[in-house]
Amino acid sequence: MSIAWNAFTPASALIGGAMIGAAAALFVVLNGRIAGVSGILGGLARPQAGDVSWRIAFVAGLVAAPLAWRVLAALPEIRVDASFPALVAAGLLVGVGTRYGGGCTSGHGVCGVSRASPRSIAATVAFMAAGFATVFVARHLIAP
Amino acid sequence: MYTVASFAAGLVFGLGLLVSGMANPAKVLGFLDIAGAWDPSLALVMAGAVAVGAGAFALMRKRTRTLLGAPVLLPSARRIDRRVIFGSLVFGVGWGLAGICPGPALVLAGTGSAKGLAFLAAMMAGNGVFEFLEKKKRVAAGLAPTRST
Repeated sequence: MSIAWNAFTPASALIGGAMIGAAAALFVVLNGRIAGVSGILGGLARPQAGDVSWRIAFVAGLVAAPLAWRVLAALPEIRVDASFPALVAAGLLVGVGTRYGGGCTSGHGVCGVSRASPRSIAATVAFMAAGFATVFVARHLIAP
Repeated sequence: MYTVASFAAGLVFGLGLLVSGMANPAKVLGFLDIAGAWDPSLALVMAGAVAVGAGAFALMRKRTRTLLGAPVLLPSARRIDRRVIFGSLVFGVGWGLAGICPGPALVLAGTGSAKGLAFLAAMMAGNGVFEFLEKKKRVAAGLAPTRST
């Protein structure tokens, strides 16, 4: 392992992270819910009366973020290296996996770890480990 | 009011993803590539988020109503079962393939990126697969006692 110091962005990582934490805090303090994106989207896959508008509003906020950003400044670098077939496979795995796992990076990784929930910590360890292993296989075993 | 709060939370969340670099799949993969030239930035994203979030969750754990008067609905599931572990492993494989998780998928879609939209469509299809399998399971569970009578 070597650390890519030229790619390391500690200040923006901490500030952006604090904003994500503030969003999750705002959400639980006002709406009393976990800001878990996969769960919020999942509830829209099987909509129930009276349980839809807040979900759509949260999703709309996420989608609107780059639009709002663009009003004031150029978007930061966003590079998607994966091919379309890889993206479709990845999307399917993320869609199914987060639902069975009951959460994703936001619900388990941010909110669950903030609550010190052992279940969320276990889930976070599992998806991080699988992510590390997948990139290792893809970058160092299949296409070194 | 709840709708406004939801939108605001989603917006701040999305801006945080953009500021932190989480919305850039290439940077996420740089974090997941511990055997290569490792970019540890995203560990600090989680540290920053948890540092700010922990206080709010500690406060709400003791309350039954939010500041707006809504019921506090924190997850009651505690069991670390095969479902949560295998599901999270499957999620992690998908995350490692593309460098995209559900929050950034929505931000990417908002940029109009074709690749972001393709990922989001596949993710929603994955959601559909889950709902279909769960419904089949519920139906099977519901029919079993009927058949036995």
